Amino acid sequence: MNIEQEVGKCDPFTLGPLEAGPACCDPLPVIQVKDLSLRYNGKPALEKVSLDIYEGCITALIGPSGCGKTSLLSAINRLTDLIPGCSVNGRILMQGRNIYDRDENVQALRRQVGMVFQKPTPFPLSIRRNLSLSLHEHGITRKTEVADISEQALRDVGLWDEVCDRMDSAALNLSGGQQQRLCIARALALQPQILLMDEPCSALDPIASGVVEDLICRLRGRYTVVIVTHNLAQARRIANYAAFFWVSGHAGQLIEFGRCQKIFESPRHELTAAYVNGVRG
Amino acid sequence: MPIDQWLPGILRAGALIALLVMLFILLFLIGESWPVLSKLSIVQLVTDSSWHPLEGAYNLMPMLTGTVLASTGALLLAIPLGLASALFTVFYAPSYLAVSYKRLIELLAGIPSVVFGFWGLTVLVPLINQWQPPGASLLAGILVLTLMILPTVTVTAHAALAAVADELVRNAAALGLSRWGTIQGVVLPAAKAGITAGIMLAAARALGETMAVLMVAGNVVQYPETVFDPVRTLAANIALETAYAMGDHRAVLFVSGLLLMGLIMVLSAMAEALEKQQHV
Repeated sequence: MNIEQEVGKCDPFTLGPLEAGPACCDPLPVIQVKDLSLRYNGKPALEKVSLDIYEGCITALIGPSGCGKTSLLSAINRLTDLIPGCSVNGRILMQGRNIYDRDENVQALRRQVGMVFQKPTPFPLSIRRNLSLSLHEHGITRKTEVADISEQALRDVGLWDEVCDRMDSAALNLSGGQQQRLCIARALALQPQILLMDEPCSALDPIASGVVEDLICRLRGRYTVVIVTHNLAQARRIANYAAFFWVSGHAGQLIEFGRCQKIFESPRHELTAAYVNGVRG
Repeated sequence: MPIDQWLPGILRAGALIALLVMLFILLFLIGESWPVLSKLSIVQLVTDSSWHPLEGAYNLMPMLTGTVLASTGALLLAIPLGLASALFTVFYAPSYLAVSYKRLIELLAGIPSVVFGFWGLTVLVPLINQWQPPGASLLAGILVLTLMILPTVTVTAHAALAAVADELVRNAAALGLSRWGTIQGVVLPAAKAGITAGIMLAAARALGETMAVLMVAGNVVQYPETVFDPVRTLAANIALETAYAMGDHRAVLFVSGLLLMGLIMVLSAMAEALEKQQHV
């Protein structure tokens, strides 16, 4: 019975039958990746990737290490700009505009597309300041407004009750799981449309990992989530769509993209089948 | 014999020697200043009418003031300059420029103080003299000291800034923070302890610097009214008078040495404490 409760919390095999999928999965693309290639110092890391990210859905990027999943993720909010020697070819369309256009406002883009990293990295500041810093940067300076948004973000990640009485203590004193939830809250406070998550659970213990996973499930519908994960069971539990990457030649390629259930239960490509069944990778 | 067996012994001996040398210097300083510390009262070093050691007037305050003023002035100039150049090299400069600039600063750190003094004496002092005579002045001392401690501030700030984890910067960028927003909101708070420790070290160096200041500051024992007045620092005073000092006069010089050493030890201890705090 316990197991059933656990399962019920987070509809386990994603969509269930295709017809019964939640409304959020009407495929309405918010991000369209078109022929994206990515190189580090001329060395290809991703080759000609095209895929759509659907609004309100959780899309999991799976595949072995070094196949370019994180690179693709960083390309979506142009964090690749920070990597010396990284060049991106192709287009990523967001609401029809190419984010690689020269006149794209990268700061505004990153506000719209939040990101959570593998390693929980709170700023070495107070909990309060961790949240308010980016709000101030984006012009939200009224004290009450900042406090309200911070509280809401912390409530959304289930951290409010744990930290509301010590908002001014150092964020680095929180546990790993709490730190990661704070990082998610920090991203949510900016009310992004899209949330990119790069293995958000892999540095956490199983319990903290479960808490964060539940949290990601709760974000479904309100946010569009793209998550890189090496935990196939997790991908299967939480994702609506899955994209499977593999290294062929020297660069990562998108092998198969589709509804999560399909990728896991009736993959078209034999590499996908081998990977999700644990035969390879 | 395996290296792990005999090496610790040698290292321990080296550490012990270093410690003993330090201890002997301290004891020697205290021993030599003892006649004053026991006979004259310390209050006298503050209340005496002036510094006329041959007539038994031992007021150290003008020189202590000179020391503190010169060091503070140099810090006020070197901190913003050093921080700005460290921020520039770490966050804004193209990499070829950043590397060569850093080499240049490191080179600056290696220039002997007497060379700075020489330059100050032949270039800076005449220049100030044209503007506001006599030229040899507190200002000249401040400027030469600034040049000397600038590399210390820059190199330590650079190290502290470069040590800030890339992840913090990436996280800040991912939240849409601008470059300056990242620096001011995340990087500087993260590097604060390291930068402050560097400033302490620079302060210690400025307080103790003798030669360069002696060559350009004019060495008149007085409270300066403007930055163009000559001053004498404690360190310069020791260098100038040890040769002929005897008796109480000599002991007072040792007291001023002790005073300087105390000041610098306090600063170093503070720097170390701050550095430790950063690594927690």
